[in-house]
Amino acid sequence: MQESTKKNNLVIEICNLSKGFDNQLVLKNLSLNLMDGENLVVLGKSGSGKSVLIKCIVRLLNADQGSIHVLGKNVNELRSKELAKLREKIGFLFQSGALYDSMTIKQNLEFPLIRIKKKLTKKERDEKIEEVLVNVGLGETLDQMPSELSGGMRKRASLARTIIVDPMIMLYDEPTTGLDPVTSNGISTLINDVQKKYKTSSIIITHDIECARATADRIIMLKDGDVYMEGSIDDFENSTDELIQSFFKEKT
Amino acid sequence: MKKFASFKKVTINTHIVKKHVIRLGEKTYKKTQDANVFFLGIGDFVLFFWETVKETFSLGFEFKEFLRQCYLIGYKTLPLISVTGLIMGMVLTIQSRPVLADFGAVSLLPGMVAASIIREMGPVITALICAGKIGSGIGAELGSMKVSEQIDAMEVSSTHPIRFLVVTRVLAATLMIPILVMYADALGILGSWAAINIKGSVSFVLFFHQAFRVIDFMDFLPAVIKTFFFGAAIGFVGCYKGYTAGRGTESVGKAANSAVVLASLLVIIIDLIAVQITDMLL
Repeated sequence: MQESTKKNNLVIEICNLSKGFDNQLVLKNLSLNLMDGENLVVLGKSGSGKSVLIKCIVRLLNADQGSIHVLGKNVNELRSKELAKLREKIGFLFQSGALYDSMTIKQNLEFPLIRIKKKLTKKERDEKIEEVLVNVGLGETLDQMPSELSGGMRKRASLARTIIVDPMIMLYDEPTTGLDPVTSNGISTLINDVQKKYKTSSIIITHDIECARATADRIIMLKDGDVYMEGSIDDFENSTDELIQSFFKEKT
Repeated sequence: MKKFASFKKVTINTHIVKKHVIRLGEKTYKKTQDANVFFLGIGDFVLFFWETVKETFSLGFEFKEFLRQCYLIGYKTLPLISVTGLIMGMVLTIQSRPVLADFGAVSLLPGMVAASIIREMGPVITALICAGKIGSGIGAELGSMKVSEQIDAMEVSSTHPIRFLVVTRVLAATLMIPILVMYADALGILGSWAAINIKGSVSFVLFFHQAFRVIDFMDFLPAVIKTFFFGAAIGFVGCYKGYTAGRGTESVGKAANSAVVLASLLVIIIDLIAVQITDMLL
């Protein structure tokens, strides 16, 4: 009974996922779950397969082996239309922000809104854009181009573009990389705010320990493409494992 | 009596033979790999083409983006095409005049220049200029979008990047390049009239009459039809090279460069095919 309740609360279920490039295996039989409403932080050194993992979840990369179930649907078996429908429920914050260079911030936010929330009128769209931008602290940037914003502002704008379509799941690819500690803290706070306000479940890929401390309900550490350790932030900080200790000490 | 050559005892160095065999094997393997990459590239190109055709006829055409691309490809290229067209007509006239003068056939100059501009020079030169400007522009734009994950961002926000980025650009180029070619033809003929008037005095009405006396509709039609293919090739190659660019920033430059080279080559090949077909039909 308890097992089935647990199963019902799963939003992402990954079993034995393997993915390789040019005969080099990046993910090796990796299995993990994301529970409803949970913030799962995936830690790991560069090249440990963190970004590949979340790209496989939205099928930007095709898995070589294993299964990925998102909201009960096997991502690898979906047809393109079904996949597009599923992707509407997933928000993806890219490491670089990936704002569209040729569009203003307003047009950037309008882009997914027009295509996903087709029933909204222009007035409703404008209100929604303004509301979301205010939520991320960028109320004044509507008509600015991405190139006119700082790195932190671009990340915020990108987050606004992701949450504007009310996703159920958020995937953050190194959200604090390249930002100063103050801005990083701001982004971490924003991630928690998004979780509370939009009731999302999130996977946060990072190697920023402060970000992990601020956001994680649970942490998974990857090493050589597989789960090395799983637990709470306290479990990690109290761990006697040499690798975990060196990682935490170095990063702190 | 013939003296037979004395045979020396030959000793075979197995170590050297082994080394040569290994080197031969490595070279063969590398060549096979190269051929593999080549054929995979062709397969990629065909698949990309098929995906573009499929998305062109699917629902949800991105009309606003198509109009924006028409503006960028058409209107923004006008100054360059204007200068090129005008100079093309002037140069052709100035170069041809002495030869015709030797045969006492200067009166044929307007007709000759108009025919060569409309049939060949206008379409090909304009298309090559467009391959440089538009092909490289599209290649670099999509290449940098790929590098900065903007194409991935589009894909995860349930927008088909090929429909939004590729179909709109290919169709805009297919529609705009014929218009640019006709505009360049008109300016070329105007340039020719200006060049004739440097050394003499011919009214525009007379020049126009002489020029179009030798041109008929069947000179014009094949030349216009082939420009649609030029446009499609330039747009498609630019998109393909940009869309399939690698992940590093270096690949943006490579994408733009190879888009220009391949698009220019395709323009020449399409022109050759078009000329052959026109020759057979007329």
